[in-house]
This record gives sequence, structure tokens and C-alpha cells, in this order.
Amino acid sequence: MSANDRIAELVKANNIVLFMKGTALFPQCGFSSRAIAILDRLGAAYETVDVLQDPEIRAGIKEYSDWPTVPQLYVKGEFVGGSDIMMEMFESGELQELLQAA
Amino acid sequence: MPMAAPEIERLIKDAIPDAEVTIRDLAGDGDHYAARVVSASFAGMSRIKQHQTVYAALGGRVGGELHALQLETAVPQSENI
Repeated sequence: MSANDRIAELVKANNIVLFMKGTALFPQCGFSSRAIAILDRLGAAYETVDVLQDPEIRAGIKEYSDWPTVPQLYVKGEFVGGSDIMMEMFESGELQELLQAA
Repeated sequence: MPMAAPEIERLIKDAIPDAEVTIRDLAGDGDHYAARVVSASFAGMSRIKQHQTVYAALGGRVGGELHALQLETAVPQSENI
């Protein structure tokens, strides 16, 4: 299976999934850490994919949504954004709405 | 190789001429920046598209040469009304 197909599967199989560096307990990057803090604050039930454990996904995720960085949040199959967009949407209340509907 | 803030600003303005660009060096190490980019050309674009436009202006450096760029985009206030 290609990286693209594997990512599509992960995004389809999980309502809320964060591609990140490290794990929810041990994020390996400040931006990933910020994304986890936001999801936890909202009490969301989410899955994570550690791109550091999977070079193919790490490279492929940048192509998948034409987005150059990790973390990347997907909700119900849709790309939501990176940690900056998550923070903006958290502050405006949009992220709560989106996650509650998921 | 870290990038200098004026270089980041120049690349963004080359691609988005009307952009108002504010850059902060977060750690003082020339490697962790926060940029705020305000442009009327963002009107009607999703946040994702706005950020992608800035990333495109930086020509593939984000995530590589430019490791940490905290990005905020907006349209000028008058455009919001």
C-alpha cells in the first residue's frame, strides 16, 4: 500500500486523528505539544500517529494535504490545519463546535 | 542554516505584494519565528489556503530550512466589515 493510501485509511478510520511528532504523552516538538494541549483541553477523544516512527508517513503526510509541517489535524476525513490554525479555531470557539459534531 | 527575518519578509512580499508582514524572533536564535501576514488577497480564502499561500511564498523552506514558523494570517480590518 502506498503512503498516500495508508494515510487515507488512517484518516477514514478515525474521526479525530492528529499526525504528530512523538506521542500524546511525550510530544517531541513544541508545535505537536501545543496541538495535544488544545485537544486535551477540549476533552476530545482522538487518535495520534507518530510520524517519527514511520518515515514513509512522515514524508507522505506533507504531500497528502499539501501542507509542509506536522502536526496536522483531521476531523471526519477533512484536513483542519496545523497547530496555528487549531489555536485560532480554539480561541474563536470553532474547534469546540467541530469536535463536538465529530 | 537559519534564515534572517528580513529575508523571510522579502520572500513573502515578493509573492504577496500588498502584505503587511510582522515577524518576531521567538527564541533569539534566528530559527524560531512568529509571522503575522495581513493581506487583502486573503479575502474569501479558507485559513488553510491562506497559510498555504504564505508557505508557497517561502518556496518549500517551511518544515526544512525554516523549522519553526508560527503563522497567523488575516485580511485587513476594513475588508472584514
